[in-house]
Amino acid sequence: MAGATRTPTNLTQGGKTDAGIGASTLRPDGTLKVTGEFAYSSDMWHEDMLWGFTLRSTTAHAEIVSIDTSEALKTSGVYAVLTYDDLPTDVKNYGLEIQDTPVLAHGKVRHHGEPVALVAADHPETARRAAAKIKIEYRELPVITDEASALAEDAILVHEGRDDHHIGHVPHPNIVHRQPIIRGNADEAAKKADVIVSGEYVFGMQDQAFLGPESGLAVPGEDGGVDLYVATQWLHSDLKQIAPVLGLPEEKVRMTLSGVGGAFGGREDISMQIHACLLALRTNKPVKIVYNRFESFFGHVHRHPAKLWYEHGATKDGKLTHMKCRIVLDGGAYASASPAVVGNASSLSVGPYVVDDVEIEAIALYSNNPPCGAMRGFGAVQACFAYEAQMDKLAKKLGLDPVAFRQLNAMEQGTIMPTGQPVDSPAPVAELLRRIKAMPLPPEQQWLAAGEGADVRALPGGLSNTTHGEGVVRGIGYAVGIKNVGFSEGFDDYSTARVRMEVIGGVPVATVHTAMAEVGQGGITVHAQIARTELGVEQVTIHPADTQVGSAGSTSASRQTYMTGGAVKNTCEAVREKVLERGRVKFGTYHPAWATAELLLEGGKVVTDGGEVLADIADVLEGEAVDLELEFRHRPTEPFDLKTGQGFGHVQYSFAAHRAVVEVDTELGLVKVIELAVAQDVGKALNPLSVVGQIQGGTTQGLGVAVMEEIIVDPKTAKVRNPSFTDYLIPTILDTPTIPVDVLELADPNAPYGLRGLGEAPTLSSTPAVLAAIRNATGLELNKTPVRPEHLTGT
Amino acid sequence: MRVTFTVNGRKQEADDVWEGESLLYVLRERMGLPGSKNACEQGECGSCTVRLDGVPVCSCLVAAGQVEGREVVTVEGLADFAKQRAEKSGCASGACGTSLQEAQQWQSKPADSQTGENTDLSPIQQAFIDAGAVQCGFCTPGLLVAADELLERNDSPSDADIREALSGNLCRCTGYEKILDAVRLAAARGENQTAGQGA
Amino acid sequence: MDFLRPASWEEALAAKAEHPTAVPIAGGTDVMVEINFDHRRPEYLLDLNRIGDLSEWEVGEKTVRLGASVPYTKIMENLRREIPGLALASHTVASPQIRNRGGVGGNLGCASPAGDAHPALLASGCEVEVESAARGVRMIPIDEFYLGVKRNALEPDELIRSVVLPKADGPQQFSKVGTRNAMVIAVCAFGIALHPETRTVRTGIGSAAPTPIRAKEAEEFLAAALDEGGFWESGAPIPPSVAKQFAQLASGACNPIDDVRGSAKYRRHAVGIMARRTLGWTWESYRGNERSAQCA
Repeated sequence: MAGATRTPTNLTQGGKTDAGIGASTLRPDGTLKVTGEFAYSSDMWHEDMLWGFTLRSTTAHAEIVSIDTSEALKTSGVYAVLTYDDLPTDVKNYGLEIQDTPVLAHGKVRHHGEPVALVAADHPETARRAAAKIKIEYRELPVITDEASALAEDAILVHEGRDDHHIGHVPHPNIVHRQPIIRGNADEAAKKADVIVSGEYVFGMQDQAFLGPESGLAVPGEDGGVDLYVATQWLHSDLKQIAPVLGLPEEKVRMTLSGVGGAFGGREDISMQIHACLLALRTNKPVKIVYNRFESFFGHVHRHPAKLWYEHGATKDGKLTHMKCRIVLDGGAYASASPAVVGNASSLSVGPYVVDDVEIEAIALYSNNPPCGAMRGFGAVQACFAYEAQMDKLAKKLGLDPVAFRQLNAMEQGTIMPTGQPVDSPAPVAELLRRIKAMPLPPEQQWLAAGEGADVRALPGGLSNTTHGEGVVRGIGYAVGIKNVGFSEGFDDYSTARVRMEVIGGVPVATVHTAMAEVGQGGITVHAQIARTELGVEQVTIHPADTQVGSAGSTSASRQTYMTGGAVKNTCEAVREKVLERGRVKFGTYHPAWATAELLLEGGKVVTDGGEVLADIADVLEGEAVDLELEFRHRPTEPFDLKTGQGFGHVQYSFAAHRAVVEVDTELGLVKVIELAVAQDVGKALNPLSVVGQIQGGTTQGLGVAVMEEIIVDPKTAKVRNPSFTDYLIPTILDTPTIPVDVLELADPNAPYGLRGLGEAPTLSSTPAVLAAIRNATGLELNKTPVRPEHLTGT
Repeated sequence: MRVTFTVNGRKQEADDVWEGESLLYVLRERMGLPGSKNACEQGECGSCTVRLDGVPVCSCLVAAGQVEGREVVTVEGLADFAKQRAEKSGCASGACGTSLQEAQQWQSKPADSQTGENTDLSPIQQAFIDAGAVQCGFCTPGLLVAADELLERNDSPSDADIREALSGNLCRCTGYEKILDAVRLAAARGENQTAGQGA
Repeated sequence: MDFLRPASWEEALAAKAEHPTAVPIAGGTDVMVEINFDHRRPEYLLDLNRIGDLSEWEVGEKTVRLGASVPYTKIMENLRREIPGLALASHTVASPQIRNRGGVGGNLGCASPAGDAHPALLASGCEVEVESAARGVRMIPIDEFYLGVKRNALEPDELIRSVVLPKADGPQQFSKVGTRNAMVIAVCAFGIALHPETRTVRTGIGSAAPTPIRAKEAEEFLAAALDEGGFWESGAPIPPSVAKQFAQLASGACNPIDDVRGSAKYRRHAVGIMARRTLGWTWESYRGNERSAQCA
């Protein structure tokens, strides 16, 4: 369809930025992002476009008795109103792993804010007013909000007639998935324990709170297909869910990644994608949908809230004897990534410690709470909060230093995981702890440093002027965590990269084309670096990510630098071989090194490993491009056994440790985090600046859930009580401390360049470190996160 | 209704504006200036920060009709705005204050290419790129407008000053450390240049 | 929806008289949120931005006449000495961007118990200047202004023109609890003003009752204790027992609810702590002045 549009463009980098891997090169999209020209999904625009609006359920669990759209349809400026009955094919559900999520509610709504109807109109206000005229009659059903109500004898099944691949092994249809892990004999080992500690821990529901709300533009094509510009984490996964609902072959749903305003797991599931396409195909006009912040809280899954029961034993000299735990994750109304979250929570529930005798169970519930799924560190985050609290309790009971106690039990290369899988690359857990402990502590009472009175900006309560030092106590806490990298449990995890090398204006240029979702992490920066390193070019063009190239997998699970970075490296190597082959054919007779030496591409030339220049790449290629598209896979994994949890389930592990220094106003229960020091092993820092940025960002999200972030769901109605940035608080710059980062680079021999996926690990240990510091300051037990002033003041 | 005001030095007019529309919506959807971002639309994130008659405000909370006849500077015009401020005041960093009158007389230059690398940037924009303060970038336009205004008022802010001035701008990616670095960097570069000129 | 743009105060009053349902919009920091989130669709929006007077203030001999639209930023920057309680409260309002737009007129118009200005206004003992085309100016004492949850003493045809605050004759403080260190709505808040000239103390409590309230028993107790003990003259430290009793009475004045921002029990507790602390800060400041006055 012709007409003026605003859509994503190529990003070309070269000249000013010419370094390969290991350098802190700058973002190829940086300039566009600071000038405001970068085209985010909500910036998509098309002449003559309509606005889509989603009408959502006002109740969490109800039968839909009737829907009347007649008044809405009569509204001037309205082009379409769609409900379940308008869906064009027999495929009416979608889902990442289990297709249990209705495109539009059918007969029943299962959570507050579930999409029921769609409107397309010429102005967002017209669409909203029309939607308000849609009459829906609900018959309320009792809500399932926790394990007790889910498994009660008379419990309504959230999903009747389940036929997914988990139903065979779960003890109740309101359980999505269950993963036990049994290794050794925990009861027997417990007899060797001199001390045993146990605890019940509660982890609140966290929101990804990415700043760019769900949005996109669907443009109907002349061939009956549709072009979709959208912010997502995985284009091809979306495509597989969208096309069948539309009744279109995948090649007729052409997806392009538009600018993504953060993701953190919250864009792994479909939000407005199918809705926009349905409206565009129905009206034959471009349709844009943009959620506002209120709707965004209903438009994506959240981090699973969890209840965790733990028991640990240790000998009096500080060696862990055994661990038992039970982890109940609330998956809410639809499965989303719940099975993977269960897998991570169970398999990583011991943490980065050596414990040979374990008894572990993790389950995810179906309930009428908001659906939960992927969020940075999924599954591992909740477990880390609990096991690190246990470590402090044990150390205290044994009279040992909490860091020394952890180091005594720290896993290392060669340790066998509870799943039976050996840790076969560096696992510097004790070393990371040593490093954070060795960092200098921030000075005491920094609020006095200004000289004249107290600077409230440095105190708990900040600008609100609650204390000038009264009641303020400092505390220090430590934590360390372990996260798996990449997709585990036998998933065929791969990525694809297309690399084209050609000569433009006498200069060799590489174009990298992948479907990787750049969500801010800097994947495209690294792709350009890899292309320069492998192909010896300066100028690299990053093609917009789309579905015209093979899948890159998801931008999640800390996997993209490993996987799509690996794919770009892999394809570049193949392109290089092609270039060298051509060189051998063309110039081989002029110099024996063409046949005998190890050849590289450097500085636009073919050189020997000794540095001798054999030819200009431009002369080798002349007018002919080399253009390859190849897939890249990490080593295969296998599913965990459904009874014992044994199996080679994970690809790689990632470790980070934190030291938190906090100041707590013990009378008002307000917390100021003074410093969050991090040490993390990243295997190889392809871009040190971006590495530090990821670690600081992940650390801050962990801080948020430690002291303020929680989606509050009314236990009586299962309705969300705080879907706004007024009441769902994320840290401001005044809540965020200095975050010194110490980066280790111990290569993983199995990974490209030895790198280790790094995005999630800092989110794990940040939260328990802050909690430990608050406990240290207050002497309180604090088994729930986020910590609220009420918890600190006994009110 | 019709709304007419000056954006980045140019008179702009929008017709058929619904009375409930915000300045943010008019900029983004009617004037082709989507740089100001729509992250919360409730004044709780600062992503839509623009200068309204020189004052940083959340454009999502300004009714379109309230802007009639007034002056708006958005991130799209920030580079030219800073440049002209610097030229007028003889201050290289641009961190030397702007009168309302100066702000009103200012005109932006035609936009540069899409690919970016040789675009003229304001000192704060360059510092954000150099310091690694941009990740997803959705908070960046609002932060740039706020940080530029801070440096205009205070050319060597303390860390606490920076934190206070930027406390209305949420960022979810960076943990703010690199944003602090960027503002420090822009301030330091401003001082160096001023010192160089003085010598 | 209609957008009314009066160019003068008289035009605004006329418009409000003609359309009593018109919603005044100045800084827009409340009204626009409600419109953006589809919580409100007023028939008329009455823009007050073009009325320059509303953004001005006059410092008189005894009072400060503060235009309803003077942005909080201007209050905190320019009126720290004259009306320190409100200047401190202004500094805690939302974010710099919001402080650049919002003014006390909005807080008073919305009359949300969480508005940050209220405790300081109550403690100062100000009057609200309201006006209608039909009946002219009416000065409403702040104690009579708040009637219920988001209800105030304005008639449908009236607009808020200014707030007339007595210039501080003694130290004032303001403190607010939020669960974030910036840009946060009050869980509860407390304002205190010492009035050495009248030997009285006034207080204000926010977000801990259906309306902003004063802790009158606490005020009376403290004034009596200060008087009886000769503290105003001596400038001696306030005994902990007095501070404690004052805090308990302040706490007891609250009638809070449980909501997502905090529990009722916490609010009562926190108001007590803030009352004790702000009393301490103001009294220390008063003593400091006393001492330096004696030295001189």
